Amino acid sequence: MVLIFVFVLLLLAVFWAIMKYNNLVTLRNQVQNGWKQIDVQLKRRHDLIPNLINTVKGYMQYEQETLQKVIQARNAAASASGVADSAAKENALSGALSKLFALAENYPNLKANENAKQLQEELASTENKIGFARQFYNDIATKFNIAQQVFPANIIAGIFNFRPSELFEVSEATEREVPIVDLNLKK
Amino acid sequence: MASAPRNIYDQQTHNKFLTVVVLTVFVVFVGFLGLGFDVFVLSYGLGNGSARGLPLPLATIIAVCVATVSAIHSAVNGDAAVLASATAVPVSEDDPKYRQLVNIVAEMSIASGLPPPKIYVIPDPDPNAFATGRDPAHASIAVTEGLVERLGRDELQGVIAHEMSHIRNFDIRLLTVVASLIGAVMLITEFGTRIFRFGGGRSGRRSGKGSGGAIAILFVLWIIALILAPIISQLLAMAVSRQREYLADASGAELTRNPEALASALQKIADADDPTRSIKKGTGHLCIADPLGREANEHEGFLAELFGTHPPVAKRITLLKAMAYQHG
Repeated sequence: MVLIFVFVLLLLAVFWAIMKYNNLVTLRNQVQNGWKQIDVQLKRRHDLIPNLINTVKGYMQYEQETLQKVIQARNAAASASGVADSAAKENALSGALSKLFALAENYPNLKANENAKQLQEELASTENKIGFARQFYNDIATKFNIAQQVFPANIIAGIFNFRPSELFEVSEATEREVPIVDLNLKK
Repeated sequence: MASAPRNIYDQQTHNKFLTVVVLTVFVVFVGFLGLGFDVFVLSYGLGNGSARGLPLPLATIIAVCVATVSAIHSAVNGDAAVLASATAVPVSEDDPKYRQLVNIVAEMSIASGLPPPKIYVIPDPDPNAFATGRDPAHASIAVTEGLVERLGRDELQGVIAHEMSHIRNFDIRLLTVVASLIGAVMLITEFGTRIFRFGGGRSGRRSGKGSGGAIAILFVLWIIALILAPIISQLLAMAVSRQREYLADASGAELTRNPEALASALQKIADADDPTRSIKKGTGHLCIADPLGREANEHEGFLAELFGTHPPVAKRITLLKAMAYQHG
């Protein structure tokens, strides 16, 4: 009788462990997928920037320095390796871009250019997508971290070597400020 | 916040359950109408043993079958019917006019982690929007031309985030089913009333003689059901949609982290007081703001609770602004 009781208890424990393990694996995949989504958007931004530079350089001859900085920041970001490095360089690129957009405000001809408008919209949207992809990644990573830290699931997480995911953080105070890009082309 | 929004997983389960309840009630209701038709028109089960009585409640069986098929149809293809009735046309990705809209929907799909919905535009100058579909993988968002023209980028983003929340919560399944069943109920009751006028009176009198009280009560219930069904189904649609608007506002703001943009979008939508003509009666409860611009929606209290499809815009805006204040 006692033997049967112990056996049933053991069986339940095994079932619970399997469920928890599967749950953690699902979450880990979602976190990885969330991370890839950020990469997709970053890549898209890198691809858009040369087009933007080609379109605006005719209008912004006196802003060669700014344009150069954007290109440099873009190349640096494209060749970055590692999470921290990539985050820092992408943030630098965001800064350079927002400066370029701010300057573009002084060129009415450029603002009237249909092609430039389209590119600005695409870049603004890509910036947003990067932001939202990070937001989603942080949400799902937090969920994953909580799932492996609460008791008693932390035992399973410990046995199968689950590691908490890193959250996206903005490291420096200056980078905390959202670059203000006025892309309100609709008047 | 006045009431803490329900957790979204509860909300999803609740909505799926309610959808099943609504569909079941619909099938039972139609079956009941069919039974009435059997008894009063075809003289089924009246016990007078005449050759007129059919061996089976034929109309009931047919009614239940037809109702089941149309209930399933409404759950699976209701979105197509709703979109068609609003004269919504799919947006082409390359159209520069709607490029921004397409981008914003993609942004909100990333923010919510849901697959991108199909995008439709309704040729109507009044700003309004709705979402429909059976689940997040088969969802559509429709906006009017007026909405795209009048709102700025952030405001449009707020509206799309609101619709995306409806999709995530499975509000769309429930509201779409309700929309297509309202149409079905109206058709059936119209049909039923006519049949009653032609044949019902005669056989009704005959049955009154022999079969006693039970039949009389059934007869009264049948007439009441026939008359009240369209009204009750409309009231149901209103109640179901009203509660869901606050939650969609709140979780939409959570997606964009920008409640003020949605507040100012709602203000603009409310200020344009032309009715949204393309959106027909029976689908109004799907929209972000009442397409008819009815008075009832601007008040609080019992009557407004009963007849408004949407909570008062002023109250929604106040709640959103309070959220913005909390975010700092």
